Amino acid sequence: MEFALFLGCNIPIRLKQYETASRAVLHKLGVRLVDVPEFNCCGYPLRNIDLKAFVLSSARNLALAERQGLNIVILCKCGFGTMRMAQHLMKENASLREEINTILATEGLKYEGDIQVKHLLTVLFSDVGTAAIKEKVTRPYEKLKIATHYGCHALRPSSILQFDDPVAPTIFDQLVEVTGAESVDWPAKLDCCGGPLLGTNDELSLDFAEKKLDSANKAGAHYIATGCVFCQIQFDTVQKSMESGRGSNHRVPSILYPQLLGLCMDMDTDVLGLESNQINITGAKRFLTTNSPGLKSA
Amino acid sequence: MLLLLMHGLDTLITSVLFDDYYPTLNPFMFLRDLFSLVVIVGIAMAFCRRLLSKRPRPKTTVVDYYALVILSIIMISGILLEGTKIVSHSIYQEMVDEYSGLEEPEELKALEAFWVKEFAVVSPNVKKTFDKNVLIDGEQLHEMSCAGCHSRPQWGFMGYGAAKVVSPIALPLDRANVHTLLWYLHFMACFFGLAYLPFSKFFHMIATPVFLLANAVMEEGESDPVNLATKQAMQFDACTHCGDCTARCSVAVAFDEIPNPNILPSEKLAAFRSLLSGNGLNQQSLMKLQEGSHICTDCHRCTDVCPVGINLEDLWLNLNRHLAGLGYCKPELWAREAIGAEFDLKKLKDSTLSLTTVDKRFAGGLTGSAQAGTFTVCFGCQNCTNVCPVVGNYENPKEVVGLLPHEIMHSLALKQKELALGSKMLWDCVTCYECQEHCPQGVRVTDVLYELKNLALRHLKEKVT
Repeated sequence: MEFALFLGCNIPIRLKQYETASRAVLHKLGVRLVDVPEFNCCGYPLRNIDLKAFVLSSARNLALAERQGLNIVILCKCGFGTMRMAQHLMKENASLREEINTILATEGLKYEGDIQVKHLLTVLFSDVGTAAIKEKVTRPYEKLKIATHYGCHALRPSSILQFDDPVAPTIFDQLVEVTGAESVDWPAKLDCCGGPLLGTNDELSLDFAEKKLDSANKAGAHYIATGCVFCQIQFDTVQKSMESGRGSNHRVPSILYPQLLGLCMDMDTDVLGLESNQINITGAKRFLTTNSPGLKSA
Repeated sequence: MLLLLMHGLDTLITSVLFDDYYPTLNPFMFLRDLFSLVVIVGIAMAFCRRLLSKRPRPKTTVVDYYALVILSIIMISGILLEGTKIVSHSIYQEMVDEYSGLEEPEELKALEAFWVKEFAVVSPNVKKTFDKNVLIDGEQLHEMSCAGCHSRPQWGFMGYGAAKVVSPIALPLDRANVHTLLWYLHFMACFFGLAYLPFSKFFHMIATPVFLLANAVMEEGESDPVNLATKQAMQFDACTHCGDCTARCSVAVAFDEIPNPNILPSEKLAAFRSLLSGNGLNQQSLMKLQEGSHICTDCHRCTDVCPVGINLEDLWLNLNRHLAGLGYCKPELWAREAIGAEFDLKKLKDSTLSLTTVDKRFAGGLTGSAQAGTFTVCFGCQNCTNVCPVVGNYENPKEVVGLLPHEIMHSLALKQKELALGSKMLWDCVTCYECQEHCPQGVRVTDVLYELKNLALRHLKEKVT
């Protein structure tokens, strides 16, 4: 199993732990990752500005991976949604695709359209499979309650993205339950984190985050699990700043899914970057069962 | 650099270091031509890269062309000067008069014959047929009188090559005193280059080493803030405009669709410099800088690759702050206010909508995606508005966001540009796609809002131009 790893702009500089944890977990599960240094911005930030510029940005990445005959695995939901949308737009609009390809041709690139863009969670769920993951879980969690946050730009528009059922998704919950943790039911599960409005309308953005955190807290979750750069920043960095800025404290830290998974696979906490999160999540270790092979099947 | 030090500044440097320095003697003569070859190869590479490279994005600006042109003039005039001097009979005659001390016509003729035969001097007196004995005499005389101070001109291989090329027209050139003309050209070009150096990109020869030194000994947070500010000011001159940042830039690809050079870090730096140097930029330039500045995703790649070690990331943060201070904040935020003021919905509220403001072509602008036109099938069920979390966040959403999603779709059907673009809802849309997901008619509500934002920004841009 081989994928081109798409990191985007934020992970290498603001969320390094997402990269190291994902690499470690995927490596352990036998997924080979190829780095493409020429990858550029996914195009997401350009969507407000200019549709063609956003499609071009995505298409260049797609063409680069296609040239190497690789499918893309992407860690960020917004990046995932953007690249899938670009694929869709170029599929439904042949003249747009032609226009984009004319520009790409100046660099000797071409987007043919036969490449798959998958989110990390899909690779884990569909390509690796929960059974194979379960085999590697050596220290399952006990009594740990996790609120899964799906992320808008993976779920919707479902007809285009086809990530999971948009109304009753289960992928993330199943992946969480493989670790022994309980995935709690919470009303705001499918709602937006508010991240896209950060910098444009901060108050509104924080209102969204607050509602979600409140809902997760009331459902008794110890942590919110994320699989997206913007959601993680919203629930980690922004939640922390809300403590001083708004005087709110929801006490629901956010953990990246590969961090959650890596811990119960008994991986090095440095590689998982637990200390790199703004809000301390090292407490998650308390829920791990003691390290004995007999408990493997528990 | 070596050429400049050894040849350009010979009286100041080389002759001080070496007692026996003569520009006509080896190794100096050979080294001069070797260094020129290096410079010429460099210039040729720079030209080729610009002509042949497939990488379309690092832009060549006037500043770069100036640098290439002045260097080329200096180099070409220098080599031609050397060439014309080698073939020049009058220069040869001057040297003979000054240094040889020969007076016998026979001897003079022999020496001249030898130089014409061996050293490419073109003489009006001596014909190409040479008597062997005369040449032997000439060689002896050469060894005696000339070789002490003049190596064989072949060692100056660049000039000698030029000499061979111009030799067929050497006599008229010599009569017209072309070598003196070239001498003036060469010197004037050098002087001009030197005088203009502080204002050209060559200034990096001075600024970059100083900046690198400063960078090595200064620490953010520890050094005096005043010194840090000085260092930051130096960054602008330390930039060599090599284009590495642009080649690595994560959003440079957008330049192919949005032709705004300020998207590219190397150009943005230059624009920021001219903004800071007090050249009041006009509204249009400021908007371009604003656009470029905010398309940047702060991915840090430019800073990582800068060979000079300029902290570009820091510079962009400062640029954003500076622009915000001038009233040019994030375009989305800016558009929210600007377009809201232009199409004030409150003013429209109690007046009857005039049909004459209908922009018939307006909705036709939504062509980015094939299904942006899906708003036409909206039947006003208000599902989009009911599921919208932004609308749900407010007690009285219309006061805050203006038109609600279903109303925007409706105003599009009515081709009401003011209504559709003037709503703050566009900029408060969190792009969660709930509306689109829940539309029973398959209207791509969120995608339509995205495209309306594109249109609104374009409208503001066009208004200024």
